Amino acid sequence: MFGRDEKPSQIRLTVVQYLILAVFLVLAYGLWRLQVSQSDYYSAAAEQNRIRNVPILAPRGRIVDRNGRIIVDNYRSVTALLMRDSSRDLMTDSDEIASGLHMDPKEVKEKIRRFAFTPQYQPIYLKEDITPDEEAFIEAHKLELPELDTIMAYRRLYPLKGFMAHVIGYVGEVSEDMLNQPQFELYNPGDVVGKSGVELEYNGILMGKNGSRQVLVDSHGREVGKPLEEKAAEPGKQLKLTVDVDLQIAAEEALADKNGAVVAMDPHTGEILAMVSRPTFDPNAFAVRISSKEWSKLVNDPDKPLLNRAIQAQLAPGSTFKIIMSVAGWQEGVAQDLNVQCNGGAEFYGRRFGCWVKGGHGPVDLTKAIYQSCDVFFYNLANKLGINRIAQYATSFGLGQRTGIDLPQEVSGVIPSEEWKLRNFRQKWFAGETISVGIGQGAVAVSPIQLTRAIAAISMDGRLVTPHVADPAGLPSNYLEVNHYTEVKNVPVDMNGWNLITDAMSRVLLPEGTAPSAHIPGIDIAGKTGSAQVVSLATRAKHQNNEDLAQNGWFVGFTPRRNPDIVVGVLFQGGEHGKLAARLATEVIKSYVDKQRRQPTGLANGKPSTDGNAEIGALWTSPNERGPGETLEVGHLAVALPKKPRPVATSAPGLE
Amino acid sequence: MARYVSFKDFDWALVGFVLVICTLGVFEIRSATEHTKFAGAHIKQIYWILGGLVGMLIMSLLNYHMLLERVHWMYIGAVASLMVVLIFGQKYLGARRWVKLPGGIHFQPSEWVKLILILAVAKYFAELHQRHLSWSDFVKAGAIVGVPMLMVLAQPDLGTALTYLPIAVMGLFLGGLHWKQAAVVLLLAGLAMPLAWHHLKPYQKDRLVSFMEPDADAKGSGYQVKQSLIAVGSGGLFGSSEESQTRLAFLPVPQTDFIFAAFSEGHGFVGAMGVLLLYFIVLMRLTQNAQTAPDRAGTFLVMGVVAVLTFHILVNVGMVLGFMPVTGIPLPLMSYGGSSVLFMFLALGMVMNVRMRRFVN
Repeated sequence: MFGRDEKPSQIRLTVVQYLILAVFLVLAYGLWRLQVSQSDYYSAAAEQNRIRNVPILAPRGRIVDRNGRIIVDNYRSVTALLMRDSSRDLMTDSDEIASGLHMDPKEVKEKIRRFAFTPQYQPIYLKEDITPDEEAFIEAHKLELPELDTIMAYRRLYPLKGFMAHVIGYVGEVSEDMLNQPQFELYNPGDVVGKSGVELEYNGILMGKNGSRQVLVDSHGREVGKPLEEKAAEPGKQLKLTVDVDLQIAAEEALADKNGAVVAMDPHTGEILAMVSRPTFDPNAFAVRISSKEWSKLVNDPDKPLLNRAIQAQLAPGSTFKIIMSVAGWQEGVAQDLNVQCNGGAEFYGRRFGCWVKGGHGPVDLTKAIYQSCDVFFYNLANKLGINRIAQYATSFGLGQRTGIDLPQEVSGVIPSEEWKLRNFRQKWFAGETISVGIGQGAVAVSPIQLTRAIAAISMDGRLVTPHVADPAGLPSNYLEVNHYTEVKNVPVDMNGWNLITDAMSRVLLPEGTAPSAHIPGIDIAGKTGSAQVVSLATRAKHQNNEDLAQNGWFVGFTPRRNPDIVVGVLFQGGEHGKLAARLATEVIKSYVDKQRRQPTGLANGKPSTDGNAEIGALWTSPNERGPGETLEVGHLAVALPKKPRPVATSAPGLE
Repeated sequence: MARYVSFKDFDWALVGFVLVICTLGVFEIRSATEHTKFAGAHIKQIYWILGGLVGMLIMSLLNYHMLLERVHWMYIGAVASLMVVLIFGQKYLGARRWVKLPGGIHFQPSEWVKLILILAVAKYFAELHQRHLSWSDFVKAGAIVGVPMLMVLAQPDLGTALTYLPIAVMGLFLGGLHWKQAAVVLLLAGLAMPLAWHHLKPYQKDRLVSFMEPDADAKGSGYQVKQSLIAVGSGGLFGSSEESQTRLAFLPVPQTDFIFAAFSEGHGFVGAMGVLLLYFIVLMRLTQNAQTAPDRAGTFLVMGVVAVLTFHILVNVGMVLGFMPVTGIPLPLMSYGGSSVLFMFLALGMVMNVRMRRFVN
């Protein structure tokens, strides 16, 4: 026997039994609560745990030229991920991972360390755009290195070396600001959207709709087994541009690395055939993920490579403005009989205004004033017209306002008038200011696209088109409502004036004109040179007509001289004289004509002969008393065919 | 006396119920560890159970009076081993709980200390002569349990230290604790609470905070609790066919501390209630053995086992159901782990020991 005989209190033992019963009733109640009354809630939570919706990324639509040649495509880009499964020591595997992915082991370790404090379920993005053999390495080491995984996305493949970069634009992840705007309300964070150019303008067409896949995942977020449900992605639609890749190549090569812009347009329709801006940038750098260093370099570059100078440069048009002056003078009945004696300058309102030819042009009429670009003639014309009538004509040809081209962030430029000055400077207009406006200086500021469109309208006897880069056929109606692709305004231009002015423009490239060096035998090119100060509107106001500032060269030319097939506008920044710009423009025109003449059409059917020349038929219209373009004329031109014609491109450079 | 001892008096029913619980545990360990790096753990568990059965047999054959006579030596040995752990122990996950013995065996003395404490408390209260507990007895009994408890707390291992508490509470209650004494102790404990909070490790505080608000940090400390609730809840009435919480590894350590959650997910309310019922039957059977014990010491001994077992079930299942904070206390007989299985079978061996001597008079 051990201890006292007396046993512990039976009542207390019974109390213990009831306490145990109470404990079990509480536990049973807990089970009931979770498994019976709230079972649906927890079943849903379990489902939410294991079922994940994985987006299937929709590729963006391709961008093609007017003939269906590819300008922008997509490529399959694979990113290597590091999943942080707690059962693996990532640091010990890091050397093997680094060698398989051709990375610096230090870089891998650094990444693991850097992300150590982020939530474990977030994978580390190890390397983007991995090569097929790196992808094979991950696939082959699925068992030894289970923490490695890949994710696939479509990325944009843009042409090489910034070809057409400003028209195309680039894409990027949708920003917080964009998501707050109503037109982007359907986008999700992480979506890749267009940020500039047609990528932005036509994002709604190009961007597809992501699909989704319901998958079973484990607690580390790994997919387990087959997908439960799949909703296919809707790929973005193809966008057809009006650009001709061959002409675009010619324009890119003509401008080469000179700063400026080239615009080639069909003046009948407003279709942009080529558009170049320099300096350019490589949108492929944006297709993966641009580093902040590269981005700030692009943004802070004083040459502003992201600026599309064709639609975003606002500069004085210089002498090219004289064509608008000529039309205004003709329509107002002032220019027809204006004869001026040019002695190298003239005095107006007590100030002397010089002509660019110091010795003077002698007696000058409208024709000579155009091909010789006589400043004194246009000073007189401007003085006679007055600023308001000049502004009225310039505005009717679309200067100083947006052209409505289907590209984002077009600028409007400035056409000064009495009202404009009062509104912006609260000052009266001085008649003396009108004189320099007559030669496209002073406060006049236009963009290359505006100037090209205005002179195209004059070459078409007043047909003012809406420039556009996308082929409106096949575009959804919401685009047709916003951009008036086929809208045409008819600005009245007297037929005889049209005849005389375009004839005078065709002499600009002849020996008596301002740009004889740009002449190309066998092609009827009419145009107008110009040169103007570089400085901005504000600076120009301060240093009025300061000759020390470098000049911009301008040229707007077209072929043939009336109702042309193509109009080319060139801005050559720092190009000093318009004849340099004219050479660039005629190169583009020549490449266009060369290509047209090789087309097997009845109109221009070249018969190459043994000496390398060809006699080709030519057709053009001339105005008669019944109206413009009523007389069909036929002629024969002997032209030299290029010895080695440029091969026709199959796609934009880098997209073959 | 030995001639009266017979295996006819062995509590075969109790052993049967215990083995049913163990078998359910083995199956659950198997399904929870399938396709993981712990695969095959159920085989090891079977070996531990077989070893436990042998230990139980041996334990039942030793006369518990013989053990009680030597308990002061065992107690000194227990305190000494805890001291060794504190000084020479292997540091693992920030705590010294193990001593490495020659031959590569890791020895965790805190489990065996539990058995010795049951014996020590039983002996102390068996020898008390007054009906009501005096304050000095109260303090002495408290010290018997308190000294090793503080040493385990210093390792630090709060979970195991807490499992010593019910031994003392049960002894005091059956030993004639007056309600006034209980009130004073509860009051003192209440006052000590804020002080204790300051001495908790950061992870222990996290566990308590996440117990209060499991959604506050769903991927951190509250993650385990939340996943456990989802596992149990999605089991529904008859169990979930997917068992995704366990199979897709959302449930942490489903073979040890959260085995009841894994079982509840797979077998639903009906299955989980069945397991609770089995445990209840075992506990009732044990208290019945305590009532029929041949002497005062035997009753205290069996009730000590009842106290430890009940406390483990309450804390572990309570944790799985979100009633209790995460403490790392396993579910006896079901959770995977050698120390826990061996302790339970040795404790049951002591119960058998008492039972087989119930007619000895």
